[in-house]
Amino acid sequence: MTKLQRTPGPPAGEPRPDHDRTGVNRLIRFAPVERVLHWANATLFLILIATAAVLYLAPLSALVGRRPLVRDIHVIAGVLLPLPWLVARYGPWSAPLRADVRRMARFDALDRRWIRSVGRDPFATLGKFHPLQKLNAAFTAGSIPVMLGTGAVMRWFGWFPLDWRTGATFVHDWVSLAIFVVVAVHIAKAVSDREAMRGMWGGRVSARWARRHHPRWADETVTHDEVRQGR
Amino acid sequence: MADDTTSGGTPVGRRVVLGMLGLGAAGVVWGSKVADALNRVLAPVQAMDGTGLTSLIPAAGRFRIYSVVGFLPRRSAAEYRLKVTGLVERPLELTLADLKAMNPVRLVRDFQCVTGWRVPEVPWKGALLADVLDAAGVKPEGRALSFKSFDGSYTESLTLDQARRPDVLVAYELEDKPVTDAHGGPVRLYVAPMYGYKSCKWLEEIEVTADVVEGYWEERGYDTDAWIGRSNGRRDDPVG
Repeated sequence: MTKLQRTPGPPAGEPRPDHDRTGVNRLIRFAPVERVLHWANATLFLILIATAAVLYLAPLSALVGRRPLVRDIHVIAGVLLPLPWLVARYGPWSAPLRADVRRMARFDALDRRWIRSVGRDPFATLGKFHPLQKLNAAFTAGSIPVMLGTGAVMRWFGWFPLDWRTGATFVHDWVSLAIFVVVAVHIAKAVSDREAMRGMWGGRVSARWARRHHPRWADETVTHDEVRQGR
Repeated sequence: MADDTTSGGTPVGRRVVLGMLGLGAAGVVWGSKVADALNRVLAPVQAMDGTGLTSLIPAAGRFRIYSVVGFLPRRSAAEYRLKVTGLVERPLELTLADLKAMNPVRLVRDFQCVTGWRVPEVPWKGALLADVLDAAGVKPEGRALSFKSFDGSYTESLTLDQARRPDVLVAYELEDKPVTDAHGGPVRLYVAPMYGYKSCKWLEEIEVTADVVEGYWEERGYDTDAWIGRSNGRRDDPVG
């Protein structure tokens, strides 16, 4: 692979060359495999949260009833949860996903600086992912095996001592509460930023948005595109 | 290349995931002790909380409302009747007042679900199931009971020996208040030494049978004899 030379961009405020039909400079943020994985996960999580509410909140339990059916939907959605990840991660289409997982999994020096200053430090510029996005991804990834394990103890309880069932219920309850809060914040943030939402729907975001929210990633990506176009 | 694409940096993702797995496993093994401690701390707070918000806190010793049908069964105290049928000398149809006229028994016991959740020290009050059976007079060939719920679907069973225990109630009070619709009122069964699914809610009929007729969950693989004390891990003696 040839080493990419960093070319100086145009002065701030000047539009960069347009890259697609819309006439707006748009950068690829998420590959199809990542978007399919995200929305498959989102669908399963919403089914799980909705059925969990019916199983857990007394007024809803009384209203909906049908406990065996609701429980079965919840369990099936839970058991399916690792499937989209396995297909996306181990299929032939996995390269962009693996690249982004590598970015997601680590805090670099500027991420740490951002965390320490709670985002106030203007020099703590962000790369492709926000530090809190990274934490959200890590928490969600960790929650899946924890919820699957504790859920299995509750569902197939005959194999486990009663103390473990009580412990599993305890863990399942608390982690589900945390998931509910994290997902609610995630959705609220997404709805309040239409360009970020566009990135997860169509895969592309405007360069202006990228420079504003993820400047280090924007520089890296735009430079890359320009170099490629120049050849 | 930008900093966050290199392999350097703090492996936050791995730490978070491994940390959650470790905490989760520890929580499964020791969580019931933590939950008990939490319940002791939260109980006085909940007693003062008028908003009911603390009842949303996980494992704060709360009931979960189980219903197998798509509606909340409802019957007023005035129109409630308990039928005692099958192999009995005198089939009965008891009103709530009839049940309350029998010798009332109050028990304070943990309510334990087979899936794990537990509500500590719940006060129950009702007539002894044994007294109800004596009022009807069980015929010699009667050896088991089949309970039917007025939800139209749920059934449960006990052997006659189990039913005659002094900790098996036809309960009309829970936490010193009339049993609510959601908790299976106006009258439900309370089988203290067994898992919650034996304590049939919305009790409508007790039929004396010659053999055990499996109940709703037992047809779905649960044990028919659901003693709490005989399961692993339970240190106290809920039979009392």
